[in-house]
Amino acid sequence: MSARVHSQRRGWAGVFWLLLGLLVFVAVSVYAESANPALRRIFSLRDYNTRVVMGGTGLLGVACGVIGTFMVLRKKALLGDAISHATLPGIAIAFLVMVAAGGTGKYLPGLLIGAAVAGVVGMGTIILIRHHTRLPEDAILGIVLSIFFGAGVAILGVIQKMSTASAAGLETFIYGKTASMLAADGQRIAWAAFILIGVSLLLFKEFRAVCFDSGFTRAQGWPVRTLDAVMMGMVVTATVIGLQAVGLILVIALLIIPPSAARFWTEELRVLVWLAAGMGAFSGVVGSGLSAAFPDLPAGGVIVLVAASVFIVSLLFGRSRGLIFRAMARYRLEQRITRQNALRALFEASEHMPAGQPVTETALREIRYWRGMQLRRALNRLVRGDLVTRVPDGWRLTPDGQEEAQRMVRNHRLWELYLIHHAAVAPSHVDRDADLIEHVLGHDMVKELEALLAAATPEPPVPVSPHPIAPAAGKGRV
Amino acid sequence: MSWTLLDTWMVATGILSALSCALLGNFLFVRRLSLMGDAISHAVLPGLAIAFLITGSRDSGPMLLGAVIAGVLTAMLTQGISHAGKVEESTSMGIVFTTLFAIGLLLIVRAADRVDLDPSCVLYGSLELTPLDTIRVAGLHVPRAFAVNLGVLAVNVLIVWLLFKEFMIGAFDPMLATTQGFRPRWMHQLLMALVALTAVACFETVGSILVVAMLIVPAATARLLSNRLPVMLSLSLAVALGSALLGHLGALTIPRLFGFEDTTTSGMMAVAAGALFFIALIFAPRTGIVAHARDQRALRNRIEKEDALAALYRLEWKEGRAAELPALRQLRRLLRRGLASCEDGVWQLTARGKAEAEDVIHAHVLWERFLVDHANMREDHAHQSSERLEHVTTPEMREILTGTVEEPVKSPSDEPDLPPA
Repeated sequence: MSARVHSQRRGWAGVFWLLLGLLVFVAVSVYAESANPALRRIFSLRDYNTRVVMGGTGLLGVACGVIGTFMVLRKKALLGDAISHATLPGIAIAFLVMVAAGGTGKYLPGLLIGAAVAGVVGMGTIILIRHHTRLPEDAILGIVLSIFFGAGVAILGVIQKMSTASAAGLETFIYGKTASMLAADGQRIAWAAFILIGVSLLLFKEFRAVCFDSGFTRAQGWPVRTLDAVMMGMVVTATVIGLQAVGLILVIALLIIPPSAARFWTEELRVLVWLAAGMGAFSGVVGSGLSAAFPDLPAGGVIVLVAASVFIVSLLFGRSRGLIFRAMARYRLEQRITRQNALRALFEASEHMPAGQPVTETALREIRYWRGMQLRRALNRLVRGDLVTRVPDGWRLTPDGQEEAQRMVRNHRLWELYLIHHAAVAPSHVDRDADLIEHVLGHDMVKELEALLAAATPEPPVPVSPHPIAPAAGKGRV
Repeated sequence: MSWTLLDTWMVATGILSALSCALLGNFLFVRRLSLMGDAISHAVLPGLAIAFLITGSRDSGPMLLGAVIAGVLTAMLTQGISHAGKVEESTSMGIVFTTLFAIGLLLIVRAADRVDLDPSCVLYGSLELTPLDTIRVAGLHVPRAFAVNLGVLAVNVLIVWLLFKEFMIGAFDPMLATTQGFRPRWMHQLLMALVALTAVACFETVGSILVVAMLIVPAATARLLSNRLPVMLSLSLAVALGSALLGHLGALTIPRLFGFEDTTTSGMMAVAAGALFFIALIFAPRTGIVAHARDQRALRNRIEKEDALAALYRLEWKEGRAAELPALRQLRRLLRRGLASCEDGVWQLTARGKAEAEDVIHAHVLWERFLVDHANMREDHAHQSSERLEHVTTPEMREILTGTVEEPVKSPSDEPDLPPA
């Protein structure tokens, strides 16, 4: 049963994304045909540079989505924040070293190596502090972030006062320079993305274990610390290649937002990883495409905004945890509970009356409290379900309704008896507790209760209520 | 190095903002929101940009207002998304601040068509420039940044002083705060508004990195040194003060060691705070790395001593005479402590050594009996566990154990019989 529900949900998510993708594609192509030749050129991928940029950011989105999923599940979403800030002193020192060696200091691979080294040192510092103190994770990340970034600011201060070299251009690292991405950059991103995805696939089982129960995993003999270090190393890699593509701040977004958005759609890790990767790719491709189509739209920012829109859509419409889905589920549950309460009230009211006599609404209102039209609506719905019939001076249970009502009353009273006999609750207090539990008692549970209470429940189908059915309005609200 | 009036003003301003941030940082630390400063520092960008687009000027008044609104919005959205979507709070913080930053970036780039609005200029003031912009307060020329930060610090101190109990209970135990009628959620909103106000005022005057660092590092450093919030508060203020002072000195001196000119003070203040943190990490009296290593070493030595004593005792009991042994390190230590004596390679416990060894073996046997009789352990397994437990048996534990086992105590394994106590 639950497996079917799962696969159904997965199917829905897939259909939804397919439709959304198609919609975007159609909208974009219609718009492109009609209005904007630039947009058409970009989304038909005729431009070589556009192909490189969109491919590069798309792959970056995939890689970040995959690693980000593990980081978000591991509750270390902001690790990327710390690492990306920690790269700054590395970039600055690499610049100084290259200037000292006689270059201009703006040789990109050199700067990236500096960034990677600083990222690894930052990661080592995080591990060191984590090992030696009991400070909370967020404080550790914050400490490393601020100290390293401070050091970076200080070294940049030195560079700015140097007469021999100009530091202009180093700040593209902070804000990204996607539009001028070269084929070589695209290639570098592609390689890194393939490596990251490969490692995640290879270590999928291990990462899953660490993410969901690191204590248990450690007890089973897995090298949790090493796995954590591998994960952090992957974050460093993603951050360093993302730095130049979308900028220091916005690479954090690619690590956090797509996985969090995907989380609203599924409960299953394998699906989650691919969904996050897909959303990352979608953000990268659409974002960089839009940025190329319009003037003055920095790609990094647009990519993040596309990701944020995906997040908002998921937050609202997610099939597994989305707000609307949850609200609907809650509403349905409430309706069901009200209907069941109405059935039980009908049964209990008719218990002490001559057979066949209809129950009036007043009698029902004496048994329990109903908000305004709540009772009337519930009864009408029961009539539509053929469980209750309307007769001239009241309401009556149909044979089907009688059976269903018996089941509910039985559940309720079995639980009351259980509370009285096995939990030592006073008979005057059990009604309310049972009221909450009766709607969720499963079949097996009822069987167990029957077995447990065999002596106390003389005759099925419905045990006698262990307390007077109080005609007090206001008790047992739902 | 030359110290001028300018340096004094810079350091004074730096100290004021460091104190403000460190004070609030303690509460953020307890609430596990240390990164809020970093988040707000990025998220104020759209607030600044919108204020600029509306007013069309770079007046600091509207900009400050826009930034504070954006800061409070960050805190509220973080909580809202975390609550509504059941997302972890730090994750939701990451989502909010990166999105707001991206919006701000786009707004600024769009606005840059019309007027030059460099993000780094809008966002970050600089401590170096503070002494140049002065205003008259009570007949004195003081830097504007100094006056602003003094005001912010006064507001912070006042509110924290007035609401200390409420903040503390709200931070540690929101449930208790609710039952006491404190409305922890309002307390939280107030704290977030204070953080946003402080952060923005400080960005504008001294730059963002100082704020981010001072919201986190002093509180964390103080936490390494104390378990109590009031003590932590005062320690964190001391750390903030120290980092501001040392930071400026460092900015003036350290780059010169490498043959460069001086550098940015605020960056060095963050580095100085980091240095203080690592000093605390290494040398903290109880939890530091050194103290920890010392405790470990003392424990190891004690266990080694007790094992050696017990081993010598058992050997003597089994063989019926003093044992002939090479001069092992452990034995030489016993000799030095006067617990054993050695003649021609024959080792013997002194009276004091014998008493201590009997204590150890007594504890060992008590544990063996207890584990077998009361914990269902197999007789041949009890020895191994008791080997560990015997070293951590306090007199009180020994008394309780004695009460649980029958006299005379008989070891389930091959242990010496002890003389009656």
